Amino acid sequence: MRPPSVRALLLGLVPFAGICFSVAFWDRLKPTVFGIPFNLAWLIAWMVLCTLCLWAAYRIDSARENGEHKT
Amino acid sequence: MTPAAMSLWIIVAIVALGTAIGFLAGRRQKMDLEQWTVGGRRFGAALMYLLMAGEMYTTFAFLGASGWAYSRGGPSLYILAYISLGNVVSFFIMPRIWELGRRHGMQTQPDFFAVRYGNRYLSGLVCIVGIAAVVPYLQLQIEGLGIIVNVASFGGIGRAPAMVVSVGLLIAFVWASGIRAVAWISVLKDLLMIGAALAIGIAIPHIYFGGIGPMFAALAHAKPAHLTMPGATRNLDHTWYVSTVLLSSLGYCMWPHYFASAFTARSADVVRRNAVILPLYSLTLPFIFFAGFAAVLVVPGLADGDLSLLTMIRKTFPPWFLGFVGGAGALTAMVPAAVLVLTAATLFAKNLYRPAFAPTLSDDRVARLARIMVVVIGIAGLSFALYSSASLVSLLLIGYAGVAQLFPGVVLGIFWRRATMAGVFSGLVAGIAAAASLMLTQHDPILGWNAGFAALCLNFGVTIFVSFASSAAAVDFAAQADELAG
Repeated sequence: MRPPSVRALLLGLVPFAGICFSVAFWDRLKPTVFGIPFNLAWLIAWMVLCTLCLWAAYRIDSARENGEHKT
Repeated sequence: MTPAAMSLWIIVAIVALGTAIGFLAGRRQKMDLEQWTVGGRRFGAALMYLLMAGEMYTTFAFLGASGWAYSRGGPSLYILAYISLGNVVSFFIMPRIWELGRRHGMQTQPDFFAVRYGNRYLSGLVCIVGIAAVVPYLQLQIEGLGIIVNVASFGGIGRAPAMVVSVGLLIAFVWASGIRAVAWISVLKDLLMIGAALAIGIAIPHIYFGGIGPMFAALAHAKPAHLTMPGATRNLDHTWYVSTVLLSSLGYCMWPHYFASAFTARSADVVRRNAVILPLYSLTLPFIFFAGFAAVLVVPGLADGDLSLLTMIRKTFPPWFLGFVGGAGALTAMVPAAVLVLTAATLFAKNLYRPAFAPTLSDDRVARLARIMVVVIGIAGLSFALYSSASLVSLLLIGYAGVAQLFPGVVLGIFWRRATMAGVFSGLVAGIAAAASLMLTQHDPILGWNAGFAALCLNFGVTIFVSFASSAAAVDFAAQADELAG
């Protein structure tokens, strides 16, 4: 198995930016989302977004590996 | 039937059902070392998912997350952050670990270090770090189980008998069925826990506040600072959050039992798909948080925040539901405890005892020794839990800071061919020493940073520096990977 591609790694960094490093921008109560404070709602949304990012990275790397098997 | 008796019988029934599943799981399997520790490397995506989710959702998530939401407020959000990010790290690392594991027949984490760096002192050290981190984690599970069963049975089952009986049961099914038992009990436990979490997180805000929105509005009005960082604490601010989330997400897949679970997979692709889907599993965690936040207003002033969830449940729900939560909670402790016991026993027999005292021991004998160690480690964890000191949480934090120190050796071992045994060994020693001394002298957090993270940075620096200064490694995985790709 080859090291991950640059595009997959960049996709992996997106959740770190959204969940971890940007905390100062979203750690507040307002606006609430369906009554849930903004910081909590933000993290809940990122559980889904994180899976989407990894799914995209998975598609990129497995397509690359399958391509190699054929050649 | 009295409420206490009804609750008690439901707990007993759920635990009995879980134990029966554990025994049935290993039938018709020849239990050699490979089958017992890594399920013969035959687990498909669904079973693997349940095993890993089962390990993740421990009594810490159940009692600890609500307890932190109650007692600390905002900083507890880190628990919702690191599981997703831990899976991002896992996505890039674990499929490669699996690949190497199959090629070199690895069953444990020290096996990886032994093959990559070719030094038994390093793998021995990794083994000791692993066991030292696992035992307090095990103790926490057993203690949590005692608390849950005791409260849920209205005091009908004492903490000590609950702990003794459940440890006895888990030793028995681990002895019989190994990792398969754990995976199959996880199926029952996860279903019960998801049901309990949803019911608790939705019903409690509705009963006391008329909904989740009104509950947060009331909390924001009464305690405006509680829901953001640093919440009810003095020094757990954004710097602490970033460093703690980084430490926890990098350490997430460095637990020795996480490695063992990854080796159960049928293919590297199963491991990778598993990491993609696992962040979704934590979607149930916010519901536990809702209950913890509700408790701030409904039952203020509890001395022990970890009891907030159970106090709320007992105050709100009928006895049969309490029994249901008690049974689910008992399995929630027993599943991770079983994995931890199994992992620590295998580490001891295969990576500490055999290399040090009996190099000629066959795999069958190692398997037999590991089973005996299951009993020894189970009883050790039990006695720690029975005669515990108050410093449990600090022990667990040292455990987490400890396993995270294995990260440089693993990630550089896969992706950086210049990483050497001397580099990883000195980095690991420096990281462990720094983490332990900072934490034992009450310097956590240090200058706002999580002490374990500061130690990890030091560890990385030392590993890279010494690697440049020393000679090449025994087995070059990076080169192997290139050969395969080319």
